[in-house]
Amino acid sequence: MHLASLVEMVESGFDDRVLLGTADTLVTGTAFGQLVRAGASTVGDKTAIVYAGENHPLLPIALFSAAWAGVPFIPVNYRLEDHHLNSLIARQPGALVLADAATAPRIACDGPVTVFDDWLNSLPADPPVIEPPFDDDEIAVVLYTSGTTSEPKSALLRHRHLMAYLLGSVEFGGAGPEEAVLVSVPPYHIAGLANMLSNTFAGRRLVYLRSFDPELWLETVRGEAITNAMVVPTMLARIVKSLGGCTANVPTLRSLSYGGARVAERVLTDALRLFPDTGFVNAYGLTETASTIAVLGPDDHRAAVSSDDPAIRRRLSSAGQVLPMVEIEIRDEYDEPLPAGEFGMIYLRGEQVSGEYATGSVLDAEGWFCTKDRGSVDADGYLFIEGRSDDTIIRGGENIAPAEIEEVLLAHQAVAEACVVGIPDDEWGQVIQAAVVLRDGEHVDPDDLREHVRSALRGSKTPDRIVIKHQLPHTETGKMLRRLVLAELAESE
Amino acid sequence: MAINLKPGTRLFSAVCTTEMIVVKASGADADVTIGGVAPVTAAADRDGSGSVVDGHGGGASMGKRYVDVEGAFELLCTKPGDGVPALDGVLFELKDAKPLPASD
Repeated sequence: MHLASLVEMVESGFDDRVLLGTADTLVTGTAFGQLVRAGASTVGDKTAIVYAGENHPLLPIALFSAAWAGVPFIPVNYRLEDHHLNSLIARQPGALVLADAATAPRIACDGPVTVFDDWLNSLPADPPVIEPPFDDDEIAVVLYTSGTTSEPKSALLRHRHLMAYLLGSVEFGGAGPEEAVLVSVPPYHIAGLANMLSNTFAGRRLVYLRSFDPELWLETVRGEAITNAMVVPTMLARIVKSLGGCTANVPTLRSLSYGGARVAERVLTDALRLFPDTGFVNAYGLTETASTIAVLGPDDHRAAVSSDDPAIRRRLSSAGQVLPMVEIEIRDEYDEPLPAGEFGMIYLRGEQVSGEYATGSVLDAEGWFCTKDRGSVDADGYLFIEGRSDDTIIRGGENIAPAEIEEVLLAHQAVAEACVVGIPDDEWGQVIQAAVVLRDGEHVDPDDLREHVRSALRGSKTPDRIVIKHQLPHTETGKMLRRLVLAELAESE
Repeated sequence: MAINLKPGTRLFSAVCTTEMIVVKASGADADVTIGGVAPVTAAADRDGSGSVVDGHGGGASMGKRYVDVEGAFELLCTKPGDGVPALDGVLFELKDAKPLPASD
Protein backbone atom coordinates (compact mmCIF):
# COMPACT_ATOMS: atom_id res chain seq x y z
CA MET A 1 0.00 0.00 0.00
CA HIS A 2 0.91 3.65 -0.51
CA LEU A 3 1.01 6.47 2.05
CA ALA A 4 -1.58 8.31 -0.07
CA SER A 5 -3.99 5.53 0.93
CA LEU A 6 -3.31 6.45 4.54
CA VAL A 7 -4.46 10.01 3.78
CA GLU A 8 -7.74 8.60 2.46
CA MET A 9 -8.07 6.36 5.52
CA VAL A 10 -7.56 9.39 7.77
CA GLU A 11 -10.29 11.30 5.92
CA SER A 12 -12.65 8.33 6.21
CA GLY A 13 -11.96 7.27 9.78
CA PHE A 14 -10.97 10.45 11.58
CA ASP A 15 -13.06 13.07 9.75
CA ASP A 16 -13.91 15.03 12.91
CA ARG A 17 -11.09 13.82 15.16
CA VAL A 18 -8.29 16.31 15.96
CA LEU A 19 -4.98 14.85 14.73
CA LEU A 20 -2.58 17.79 14.65
CA GLY A 21 -1.98 21.25 15.86
CA THR A 22 -1.94 23.41 18.95
CA ALA A 23 -4.87 25.14 20.67
CA ASP A 24 -5.18 27.86 17.98
CA THR A 25 -4.71 25.62 14.94
CA LEU A 26 -6.50 22.30 15.47
CA VAL A 27 -6.47 20.05 12.40
CA THR A 28 -9.14 17.35 12.07
CA GLY A 29 -8.88 14.40 9.69
CA THR A 30 -10.95 16.30 7.13
CA ALA A 31 -8.72 19.39 7.33
CA PHE A 32 -5.67 17.12 7.22
CA GLY A 33 -6.80 15.75 3.86
CA GLN A 34 -7.48 19.25 2.50
CA LEU A 35 -4.05 20.50 3.58
CA VAL A 36 -2.31 17.48 2.05
CA ARG A 37 -4.10 17.91 -1.30
CA ALA A 38 -3.24 21.62 -1.30
CA GLY A 39 0.37 20.88 -0.31
CA ALA A 40 0.72 18.30 -3.08
CA SER A 41 -0.50 20.86 -5.63
CA THR A 42 2.55 23.04 -4.92
CA VAL A 43 5.02 20.28 -5.87
CA GLY A 44 4.56 20.55 -9.66
CA ASP A 45 7.62 19.13 -11.41
CA LYS A 46 9.82 19.23 -8.30
CA THR A 47 11.67 15.99 -7.60
CA ALA A 48 11.13 15.79 -3.82
CA ILE A 49 10.14 17.75 -0.72
CA VAL A 50 13.21 18.48 1.39
CA TYR A 51 12.63 19.77 4.93
CA ALA A 52 15.43 21.36 6.97
CA GLY A 53 14.29 22.56 10.36
CA GLU A 54 13.01 21.93 13.85
CA ASN A 55 9.87 20.00 14.66
CA HIS A 56 6.69 21.81 13.68
CA PRO A 57 3.07 21.10 14.71
CA LEU A 58 2.05 20.63 11.07
CA LEU A 59 5.16 18.84 9.81
CA PRO A 60 3.20 15.67 8.83
CA ILE A 61 1.48 17.79 6.17
CA ALA A 62 4.84 18.08 4.34
CA LEU A 63 5.41 14.32 4.54
CA PHE A 64 1.96 13.39 3.25
CA SER A 65 1.93 16.16 0.61
CA ALA A 66 5.07 14.57 -0.86
CA ALA A 67 3.38 11.16 -0.83
CA TRP A 68 0.23 12.51 -2.49
CA ALA A 69 2.33 14.21 -5.17
CA GLY A 70 4.34 11.02 -5.70
CA VAL A 71 7.76 12.39 -4.69
CA PRO A 72 10.04 11.44 -1.77
CA PHE A 73 10.06 13.33 1.52
CA ILE A 74 13.61 14.09 2.65
CA PRO A 75 14.04 15.55 6.15
CA VAL A 76 17.64 16.66 6.73
CA ASN A 77 19.57 17.49 9.88
CA TYR A 78 19.42 21.27 10.21
CA ARG A 79 21.97 21.13 13.03
CA LEU A 80 24.77 20.14 10.65
CA GLU A 81 27.33 22.76 9.75
CA ASP A 82 26.31 24.83 6.70
CA HIS A 83 28.53 23.02 4.18
CA HIS A 84 27.35 19.57 5.36
CA LEU A 85 23.71 20.66 5.33
CA ASN A 86 24.07 22.10 1.83
CA SER A 87 25.86 19.03 0.53
CA LEU A 88 22.94 16.84 1.67
CA ILE A 89 20.41 19.18 0.01
CA ALA A 90 22.52 19.21 -3.16
CA ARG A 91 22.14 15.42 -3.39
CA GLN A 92 18.51 16.02 -4.43
CA PRO A 93 18.56 18.53 -7.33
CA GLY A 94 15.25 20.16 -8.29
CA ALA A 95 13.57 19.61 -4.91
CA LEU A 96 10.99 21.81 -3.24
CA VAL A 97 13.09 23.00 -0.29
CA LEU A 98 11.21 23.91 2.90
CA ALA A 99 12.97 25.15 6.03
CA ASP A 100 12.29 26.78 9.35
CA ALA A 101 12.91 30.54 9.60
CA ALA A 102 16.28 30.13 11.31
CA THR A 103 17.61 27.56 8.84
CA ALA A 104 16.34 29.05 5.54
CA PRO A 105 19.04 31.77 5.26
CA ARG A 106 21.77 29.14 5.72
CA ILE A 107 20.75 27.17 2.64
CA ALA A 108 22.39 27.67 -0.74
CA CYS A 109 20.90 25.42 -3.42
CA ASP A 110 19.81 25.37 -7.07
CA GLY A 111 16.37 26.85 -6.40
CA PRO A 112 14.36 28.95 -3.94
CA VAL A 113 14.03 28.07 -0.27
CA THR A 114 10.58 28.52 1.30
CA VAL A 115 9.96 29.02 5.01
CA PHE A 116 7.61 26.24 6.11
CA ASP A 117 5.14 28.62 7.81
CA ASP A 118 5.00 30.76 4.65
CA TRP A 119 4.37 27.64 2.56
CA LEU A 120 1.49 26.60 4.86
CA ASN A 121 0.00 30.10 4.81
CA SER A 122 0.09 30.30 1.02
CA LEU A 123 -1.49 26.90 0.27
CA PRO A 124 -4.33 27.29 -2.25
CA ALA A 125 -7.86 27.06 -0.81
CA ASP A 126 -9.17 25.33 -3.93
CA PRO A 127 -6.27 23.27 -5.33
CA PRO A 128 -6.43 21.41 -8.64
CA VAL A 129 -7.27 17.71 -8.23
CA ILE A 130 -4.21 15.47 -8.28
CA GLU A 131 -4.55 11.72 -8.63
CA PRO A 132 -1.78 10.13 -6.51
CA PRO A 133 0.28 7.46 -8.29
CA PHE A 134 -0.46 4.79 -5.61
CA ASP A 135 2.58 2.73 -6.75
CA ASP A 136 3.88 1.36 -3.45
CA ASP A 137 7.26 0.47 -4.95
CA GLU A 138 8.10 4.19 -5.20
CA ILE A 139 10.45 5.83 -2.68
CA ALA A 140 8.46 7.48 0.12
CA VAL A 141 11.23 8.80 2.35
CA VAL A 142 14.99 9.26 2.18
CA LEU A 143 16.77 9.44 5.55
CA TYR A 144 20.43 10.05 6.19
CA THR A 145 21.83 7.60 8.74
CA SER A 146 23.54 9.24 11.70
CA GLY A 147 26.97 7.95 10.74
CA THR A 148 28.42 7.24 14.19
CA THR A 149 31.19 5.18 12.64
CA SER A 150 31.31 6.46 9.06
CA GLU A 151 29.95 9.12 6.69
CA PRO A 152 26.11 9.48 6.51
CA LYS A 153 24.42 7.18 3.98
CA SER A 154 21.06 7.89 2.35
CA ALA A 155 18.66 5.10 3.29
CA LEU A 156 15.66 4.60 1.01
CA LEU A 157 12.27 3.64 2.41
CA ARG A 158 9.60 2.71 -0.12
CA HIS A 159 5.87 3.07 0.53
CA ARG A 160 5.50 -0.71 0.90
CA HIS A 161 8.09 -0.81 3.72
CA LEU A 162 6.43 1.93 5.74
CA MET A 163 2.90 0.60 5.23
CA ALA A 164 4.04 -2.96 6.10
CA TYR A 165 5.35 -1.61 9.40
CA LEU A 166 2.10 0.25 10.13
CA LEU A 167 -0.23 -2.57 9.10
CA GLY A 168 1.86 -5.08 11.03
CA SER A 169 2.30 -3.25 14.31
CA VAL A 170 -0.29 -0.49 14.77
CA GLU A 171 -4.09 -0.81 14.95
CA PHE A 172 -5.80 1.72 12.68
CA GLY A 173 -7.86 4.00 14.93
CA GLY A 174 -6.53 2.09 17.93
CA ALA A 175 -6.09 5.28 19.98
CA GLY A 176 -8.97 6.78 21.90
CA PRO A 177 -10.06 10.30 20.86
CA GLU A 178 -8.54 11.73 24.07
CA GLU A 179 -5.06 10.35 23.34
CA ALA A 180 -2.15 12.65 22.47
CA VAL A 181 1.51 11.87 21.86
CA LEU A 182 4.38 14.22 22.62
CA VAL A 183 7.10 14.12 19.96
CA SER A 184 10.52 15.38 20.96
CA VAL A 185 12.75 13.36 18.65
CA PRO A 186 14.00 15.29 15.61
CA PRO A 187 12.16 15.00 12.29
CA TYR A 188 15.20 13.79 10.33
CA HIS A 189 15.52 10.68 12.51
CA ILE A 190 13.67 7.41 11.84
CA ALA A 191 12.02 7.70 15.28
CA GLY A 192 10.61 11.13 14.34
CA LEU A 193 9.30 9.76 11.05
CA ALA A 194 7.81 6.70 12.77
CA ASN A 195 6.16 9.00 15.35
CA MET A 196 4.37 10.85 12.54
CA LEU A 197 3.24 7.71 10.75
CA SER A 198 2.24 5.46 13.66
CA ASN A 199 0.28 8.09 15.52
CA THR A 200 -1.51 9.31 12.41
CA PHE A 201 -2.42 5.67 11.71
CA ALA A 202 -3.59 5.13 15.30
CA GLY A 203 -5.59 8.38 15.27
CA ARG A 204 -3.56 9.86 18.12
CA ARG A 205 -3.06 13.64 18.18
CA LEU A 206 0.56 14.67 17.56
CA VAL A 207 1.95 17.39 19.84
CA TYR A 208 5.44 18.63 19.06
CA LEU A 209 8.24 19.99 21.22
CA ARG A 210 10.26 22.20 18.87
CA SER A 211 13.41 21.23 20.69
CA PHE A 212 13.93 19.17 23.82
CA ASP A 213 14.20 20.51 27.35
CA PRO A 214 13.31 18.31 30.36
CA GLU A 215 11.31 20.95 32.29
CA LEU A 216 9.39 21.95 29.16
CA TRP A 217 8.76 18.28 28.38
CA LEU A 218 7.21 17.69 31.84
CA GLU A 219 5.17 20.92 31.64
CA THR A 220 3.85 19.97 28.20
CA VAL A 221 2.90 16.45 29.32
CA ARG A 222 0.83 18.01 32.13
CA GLY A 223 -0.55 20.97 30.13
CA GLU A 224 -1.58 19.03 27.02
CA ALA A 225 -2.79 15.93 28.93
CA ILE A 226 -0.27 13.81 27.01
CA THR A 227 -0.98 10.05 27.09
CA ASN A 228 2.02 8.76 25.08
CA ALA A 229 5.57 9.91 24.55
CA MET A 230 8.77 8.67 22.95
CA VAL A 231 12.23 9.79 24.06
CA VAL A 232 15.83 8.80 23.41
CA PRO A 233 17.93 7.64 26.38
CA THR A 234 19.75 10.96 26.88
CA MET A 235 16.36 12.68 27.16
CA LEU A 236 15.18 10.08 29.67
CA ALA A 237 18.34 10.64 31.72
CA ARG A 238 17.79 14.42 31.68
CA ILE A 239 14.11 14.07 32.68
CA VAL A 240 15.05 11.75 35.57
CA LYS A 241 17.76 14.18 36.67
CA SER A 242 15.42 17.18 36.57
CA LEU A 243 12.93 15.37 38.82
CA GLY A 244 15.56 15.37 41.58
CA GLY A 245 14.20 12.16 43.11
CA CYS A 246 10.55 13.34 43.24
CA THR A 247 7.82 11.29 41.62
CA ALA A 248 6.75 12.79 38.28
CA ASN A 249 3.26 14.23 38.56
CA VAL A 250 1.96 13.12 35.15
CA PRO A 251 -1.41 11.41 35.73
CA THR A 252 -2.34 11.25 32.03
CA LEU A 253 0.89 9.62 30.80
CA ARG A 254 0.11 5.96 30.04
CA SER A 255 3.04 5.01 27.85
CA LEU A 256 6.63 6.19 27.67
CA SER A 257 8.74 4.53 25.02
CA TYR A 258 12.46 4.89 24.59
CA GLY A 259 14.98 3.72 22.03
CA GLY A 260 17.66 4.84 19.62
CA ALA A 261 20.63 3.99 21.84
CA ARG A 262 21.55 2.01 24.92
CA VAL A 263 20.03 3.21 28.20
CA ALA A 264 21.95 2.90 31.47
CA GLU A 265 20.20 0.47 33.80
CA ARG A 266 20.38 2.95 36.67
CA VAL A 267 18.51 5.58 34.64
CA LEU A 268 15.84 3.04 33.74
CA THR A 269 15.28 1.77 37.30
CA ASP A 270 15.10 5.38 38.53
CA ALA A 271 12.61 6.21 35.78
CA LEU A 272 10.43 3.22 36.63
CA ARG A 273 10.35 4.39 40.27
CA LEU A 274 9.62 8.05 39.43
CA PHE A 275 6.89 7.18 36.87
CA PRO A 276 5.04 4.50 38.88
CA ASP A 277 1.81 4.63 36.84
CA THR A 278 3.35 4.84 33.36
CA GLY A 279 3.95 1.84 31.11
CA PHE A 280 7.50 1.69 29.72
CA VAL A 281 8.27 0.42 26.23
CA ASN A 282 11.74 -0.17 24.83
CA ALA A 283 11.86 -0.19 21.06
CA TYR A 284 14.75 -1.41 18.89
CA GLY A 285 14.93 -0.74 15.22
CA LEU A 286 17.03 0.82 12.49
CA THR A 287 16.49 3.36 9.76
CA GLU A 288 16.92 0.52 7.25
CA THR A 289 14.15 -1.55 8.86
CA ALA A 290 11.51 1.25 8.73
CA SER A 291 11.81 1.69 12.50
CA THR A 292 10.84 -0.73 15.29
CA ILE A 293 11.45 -4.46 14.88
CA ALA A 294 11.46 -5.49 18.56
CA VAL A 295 9.64 -4.21 21.66
CA LEU A 296 9.92 -4.77 25.40
CA GLY A 297 6.48 -3.95 26.79
CA PRO A 298 5.25 -2.45 30.09
CA ASP A 299 4.54 -5.80 31.77
CA ASP A 300 8.03 -7.06 30.95
CA HIS A 301 9.54 -3.94 32.51
CA ARG A 302 7.61 -4.22 35.79
CA ALA A 303 8.18 -7.99 35.99
CA ALA A 304 11.93 -7.55 35.43
CA VAL A 305 12.44 -4.74 37.93
CA SER A 306 10.59 -6.59 40.70
CA SER A 307 12.12 -10.03 40.06
CA ASP A 308 14.89 -11.76 42.03
CA ASP A 309 15.43 -14.25 39.20
CA PRO A 310 18.52 -13.05 37.30
CA ALA A 311 17.15 -14.39 33.99
CA ILE A 312 13.98 -12.26 34.37
CA ARG A 313 15.79 -9.28 35.89
CA ARG A 314 18.19 -9.25 32.96
CA ARG A 315 15.31 -8.51 30.57
CA LEU A 316 15.41 -4.91 31.74
CA SER A 317 18.40 -4.53 29.43
CA SER A 318 16.69 -6.42 26.61
CA ALA A 319 15.15 -4.96 23.45
CA GLY A 320 12.22 -7.33 23.97
CA GLN A 321 10.62 -9.68 21.52
CA VAL A 322 10.78 -9.39 17.74
CA LEU A 323 7.56 -8.25 16.01
CA PRO A 324 5.50 -11.15 14.63
CA MET A 325 6.03 -10.16 10.98
CA VAL A 326 9.82 -9.88 11.24
CA GLU A 327 12.24 -12.84 11.14
CA ILE A 328 15.54 -12.76 13.01
CA GLU A 329 18.73 -14.83 12.83
CA ILE A 330 21.88 -14.53 14.89
CA ARG A 331 24.86 -15.70 12.82
CA ASP A 332 28.49 -16.47 13.53
CA GLU A 333 31.46 -15.20 11.49
CA TYR A 334 30.94 -18.00 8.93
CA ASP A 335 27.30 -16.86 8.38
CA GLU A 336 25.94 -19.92 10.20
CA PRO A 337 22.89 -19.45 12.47
CA LEU A 338 23.71 -19.61 16.18
CA PRO A 339 21.59 -21.26 18.89
CA ALA A 340 19.61 -19.32 21.53
CA GLY A 341 21.71 -17.34 23.99
CA GLU A 342 24.82 -16.99 21.83
CA PHE A 343 26.04 -13.62 20.60
CA GLY A 344 26.60 -12.95 16.92
CA MET A 345 25.59 -10.70 14.05
CA ILE A 346 21.87 -9.78 13.88
CA TYR A 347 20.16 -10.50 10.54
CA LEU A 348 16.56 -9.44 9.84
CA ARG A 349 14.02 -10.21 7.13
CA GLY A 350 10.47 -8.99 6.55
CA GLU A 351 8.23 -6.77 4.45
CA GLN A 352 9.22 -3.65 6.40
CA VAL A 353 12.96 -4.32 5.99
CA SER A 354 14.31 -2.05 3.25
CA GLY A 355 18.07 -2.57 3.52
CA GLU A 356 18.51 -0.21 0.60
CA TYR A 357 20.67 2.87 0.10
CA ALA A 358 20.98 5.30 -2.80
CA THR A 359 23.98 3.17 -3.80
CA GLY A 360 21.89 -0.03 -3.99
CA SER A 361 20.31 -2.79 -1.94
CA VAL A 362 22.40 -4.70 0.59
CA LEU A 363 19.83 -7.48 1.12
CA ASP A 364 21.23 -10.93 0.38
CA ALA A 365 19.69 -13.32 -2.17
CA GLU A 366 17.23 -14.64 0.45
CA GLY A 367 16.18 -11.11 1.50
CA TRP A 368 18.16 -10.98 4.77
CA PHE A 369 19.53 -7.65 6.01
CA CYS A 370 22.75 -7.61 8.01
CA THR A 371 22.20 -4.96 10.71
CA LYS A 372 25.90 -4.81 11.67
CA ASP A 373 24.59 -4.88 15.23
CA ARG A 374 25.66 -7.76 17.43
CA GLY A 375 23.23 -9.44 19.79
CA SER A 376 21.63 -12.63 21.04
CA VAL A 377 18.13 -14.03 21.42
CA ASP A 378 17.43 -16.05 24.56
CA ALA A 379 15.31 -19.22 24.79
CA ASP A 380 12.17 -17.13 25.47
CA GLY A 381 12.73 -14.91 22.41
CA TYR A 382 14.14 -11.83 24.15
CA LEU A 383 16.64 -9.91 22.06
CA PHE A 384 19.78 -8.47 23.67
CA ILE A 385 21.78 -5.87 21.76
CA GLU A 386 25.51 -5.87 22.39
CA GLY A 387 26.45 -2.98 20.10
CA ARG A 388 27.71 -2.19 16.61
CA SER A 389 30.00 -4.85 15.20
CA ASP A 390 32.23 -2.03 13.92
CA ASP A 391 32.80 -1.07 17.57
CA THR A 392 34.05 -4.52 18.56
CA ILE A 393 37.57 -4.31 19.92
CA ILE A 394 39.97 -7.07 18.90
CA ARG A 395 42.77 -7.17 21.47
CA GLY A 396 45.36 -9.89 20.97
CA GLY A 397 42.87 -11.91 18.91
CA GLU A 398 40.14 -11.68 21.57
CA ASN A 399 36.82 -10.04 20.56
CA ILE A 400 35.69 -7.59 23.21
CA ALA A 401 32.35 -5.74 23.18
CA PRO A 402 32.76 -2.17 24.50
CA ALA A 403 29.22 -2.37 25.95
CA GLU A 404 30.24 -4.99 28.49
CA ILE A 405 33.01 -2.80 29.89
CA GLU A 406 30.84 0.34 29.70
CA GLU A 407 28.13 -1.36 31.77
CA VAL A 408 30.69 -2.09 34.51
CA LEU A 409 32.01 1.49 34.44
CA LEU A 410 28.46 2.89 34.58
CA ALA A 411 27.70 0.72 37.62
CA HIS A 412 30.38 2.71 39.53
CA GLN A 413 28.85 5.35 41.80
CA ALA A 414 30.98 8.17 40.36
CA VAL A 415 30.44 7.52 36.64
CA ALA A 416 27.71 9.24 34.60
CA GLU A 417 28.85 8.34 31.07
CA ALA A 418 31.40 5.95 29.61
CA CYS A 419 32.79 5.21 26.16
CA VAL A 420 35.21 2.34 25.57
CA VAL A 421 37.18 2.17 22.29
CA GLY A 422 40.02 0.21 20.71
CA ILE A 423 43.16 2.21 19.94
CA PRO A 424 45.49 0.80 17.25
CA ASP A 425 48.53 -0.84 18.84
CA ASP A 426 51.56 -2.53 17.27
CA GLU A 427 51.76 -5.29 19.84
CA TRP A 428 48.10 -6.14 20.55
CA GLY A 429 46.40 -4.99 17.34
CA GLN A 430 44.16 -2.82 19.52
CA VAL A 431 44.32 -1.80 23.16
CA ILE A 432 41.37 -0.78 25.28
CA GLN A 433 40.94 2.81 26.38
CA ALA A 434 38.01 4.55 27.99
CA ALA A 435 36.71 8.09 28.36
CA VAL A 436 34.32 8.74 31.24
CA VAL A 437 32.27 11.67 32.51
CA LEU A 438 31.77 11.82 36.26
CA ARG A 439 28.49 12.57 38.00
CA ASP A 440 28.15 16.07 39.49
CA GLY A 441 30.28 16.50 42.63
CA GLU A 442 32.02 13.11 42.30
CA HIS A 443 35.78 12.54 42.19
CA VAL A 444 37.60 9.33 41.45
CA ASP A 445 41.13 8.24 40.54
CA PRO A 446 41.27 6.58 37.08
CA ASP A 447 43.35 3.78 38.61
CA ASP A 448 40.52 3.04 41.04
CA LEU A 449 38.15 2.79 38.09
CA ARG A 450 40.53 0.37 36.35
CA GLU A 451 40.60 -1.73 39.52
CA HIS A 452 36.78 -1.62 39.61
CA VAL A 453 36.67 -3.07 36.06
CA ARG A 454 39.36 -5.65 36.78
CA SER A 455 37.45 -6.97 39.81
CA ALA A 456 34.23 -7.31 37.79
CA LEU A 457 35.68 -8.66 34.52
CA ARG A 458 39.32 -9.63 34.07
CA GLY A 459 42.69 -8.21 33.15
CA SER A 460 42.32 -8.52 29.36
CA LYS A 461 39.09 -6.51 29.49
CA THR A 462 40.48 -3.78 31.75
CA PRO A 463 41.15 -0.51 29.91
CA ASP A 464 44.87 0.27 29.66
CA ARG A 465 43.98 3.91 30.11
CA ILE A 466 40.92 5.75 31.44
CA VAL A 467 40.60 9.48 30.78
CA ILE A 468 38.13 11.70 32.67
CA LYS A 469 36.30 14.21 30.46
CA HIS A 470 33.80 17.01 31.07
CA GLN A 471 31.57 15.68 28.31
CA LEU A 472 31.43 13.11 25.49
CA PRO A 473 30.23 13.77 21.93
CA HIS A 474 26.78 12.42 20.97
CA THR A 475 24.39 12.65 18.06
CA GLU A 476 21.17 14.56 18.90
CA THR A 477 19.46 11.23 19.46
CA GLY A 478 21.95 10.16 22.10
CA LYS A 479 24.19 7.84 20.12
CA MET A 480 27.81 8.14 21.25
CA LEU A 481 30.04 9.45 18.45
CA ARG A 482 32.68 6.80 19.02
CA ARG A 483 34.87 7.78 16.09
CA LEU A 484 35.37 11.23 17.68
CA VAL A 485 36.13 9.76 21.11
CA LEU A 486 38.57 7.34 19.50
CA ALA A 487 40.29 10.10 17.50
CA GLU A 488 40.67 12.26 20.61
CA LEU A 489 42.08 9.46 22.74
CA ALA A 490 44.48 8.32 20.00
CA GLU A 491 45.70 11.89 19.55
CA SER A 492 46.24 12.53 23.25
CA GLU A 493 48.41 9.47 23.84
CA MET B 1 -20.96 -7.47 -9.83
CA ALA B 2 -17.25 -8.11 -9.79
CA ILE B 3 -14.88 -5.37 -8.64
CA ASN B 4 -11.15 -5.25 -9.30
CA LEU B 5 -9.51 -5.36 -5.87
CA LYS B 6 -5.99 -4.04 -5.37
CA PRO B 7 -4.26 -2.89 -2.17
CA GLY B 8 -5.53 0.64 -1.60
CA THR B 9 -8.90 0.14 -3.36
CA ARG B 10 -11.61 1.81 -1.31
CA LEU B 11 -15.03 0.24 -0.84
CA PHE B 12 -18.03 2.26 0.34
CA SER B 13 -21.12 0.32 1.39
CA ALA B 14 -24.07 1.27 -0.80
CA VAL B 15 -26.51 0.54 2.03
CA CYS B 16 -24.92 1.70 5.31
CA THR B 17 -22.03 3.80 6.69
CA THR B 18 -19.37 1.05 6.47
CA GLU B 19 -16.18 2.00 4.60
CA MET B 20 -13.32 -0.42 3.89
CA ILE B 21 -9.92 -0.27 2.25
CA VAL B 22 -8.29 -3.26 0.58
CA VAL B 23 -5.08 -4.18 2.42
CA LYS B 24 -4.24 -7.41 0.62
CA ALA B 25 -5.46 -8.66 -2.74
CA SER B 26 -4.22 -10.50 -5.78
CA GLY B 27 -5.35 -7.75 -8.18
CA ALA B 28 -8.06 -10.06 -9.52
CA ASP B 29 -11.74 -9.25 -9.92
CA ALA B 30 -13.90 -10.42 -7.03
CA ASP B 31 -17.61 -10.61 -6.32
CA VAL B 32 -17.46 -8.68 -3.07
CA THR B 33 -20.38 -7.17 -1.13
CA ILE B 34 -20.78 -5.06 2.00
CA GLY B 35 -24.08 -5.45 3.81
CA GLY B 36 -25.02 -7.96 1.11
CA VAL B 37 -24.94 -5.40 -1.71
CA ALA B 38 -22.13 -4.53 -4.12
CA PRO B 39 -20.24 -1.52 -2.71
CA VAL B 40 -19.20 1.56 -4.68
CA THR B 41 -15.58 2.70 -5.03
CA ALA B 42 -16.21 6.43 -4.56
CA ALA B 43 -18.26 8.14 -1.85
CA ALA B 44 -20.01 10.28 -4.49
CA ASP B 45 -21.48 7.16 -6.13
CA ARG B 46 -23.60 6.31 -3.07
CA ASP B 47 -27.28 6.88 -3.88
CA GLY B 48 -28.61 6.23 -0.36
CA SER B 49 -31.16 3.64 -1.45
CA GLY B 50 -31.46 0.04 -0.29
CA SER B 51 -30.76 -1.60 3.05
CA VAL B 52 -28.51 -4.21 4.60
CA VAL B 53 -29.51 -7.75 3.55
CA ASP B 54 -30.43 -10.18 6.35
CA GLY B 55 -27.37 -12.10 7.50
CA HIS B 56 -24.97 -9.40 6.24
CA GLY B 57 -25.35 -7.01 9.20
CA GLY B 58 -24.15 -7.08 12.77
CA GLY B 59 -21.55 -4.39 12.48
CA ALA B 60 -18.09 -3.75 11.04
CA SER B 61 -15.76 -2.13 13.59
CA MET B 62 -13.20 0.63 13.10
CA GLY B 63 -9.66 -0.61 12.49
CA LYS B 64 -10.63 -4.29 12.37
CA ARG B 65 -9.39 -6.53 9.57
CA TYR B 66 -11.60 -8.90 7.64
CA VAL B 67 -10.30 -11.86 5.63
CA ASP B 68 -12.10 -14.20 3.24
CA VAL B 69 -12.09 -17.92 4.02
CA GLU B 70 -9.39 -18.61 1.43
CA GLY B 71 -7.19 -15.83 2.84
CA ALA B 72 -6.86 -14.22 -0.60
CA PHE B 73 -8.32 -10.84 0.37
CA GLU B 74 -7.97 -8.68 3.45
CA LEU B 75 -10.07 -5.57 4.11
CA LEU B 76 -9.57 -2.95 6.84
CA CYS B 77 -12.56 -1.04 8.19
CA THR B 78 -11.97 2.73 8.12
CA LYS B 79 -15.52 3.73 9.06
CA PRO B 80 -17.82 1.53 11.11
CA GLY B 81 -21.31 0.59 9.99
CA ASP B 82 -23.93 -2.15 10.17
CA GLY B 83 -22.96 -4.03 7.00
CA VAL B 84 -20.13 -6.57 6.95
CA PRO B 85 -18.18 -7.77 3.88
CA ALA B 86 -18.68 -11.01 1.97
CA LEU B 87 -17.05 -12.73 -1.01
CA ASP B 88 -19.28 -14.78 -3.34
CA GLY B 89 -21.99 -14.53 -0.67
CA VAL B 90 -19.76 -15.96 2.12
CA LEU B 91 -19.03 -13.56 5.01
CA PHE B 92 -15.44 -12.49 5.66
CA GLU B 93 -14.02 -13.53 9.03
CA LEU B 94 -12.78 -11.08 11.64
CA LYS B 95 -8.99 -11.37 11.82
CA ASP B 96 -7.66 -11.96 15.29
CA ALA B 97 -4.81 -9.55 16.05
CA LYS B 98 -2.93 -9.19 19.29
CA PRO B 99 -2.26 -5.49 19.91
CA LEU B 100 1.37 -4.51 20.39
CA PRO B 101 2.49 -1.79 22.80
CA ALA B 102 2.86 1.64 21.17
CA SER B 103 6.57 2.02 20.51
CA ASP B 104 6.64 5.37 18.72
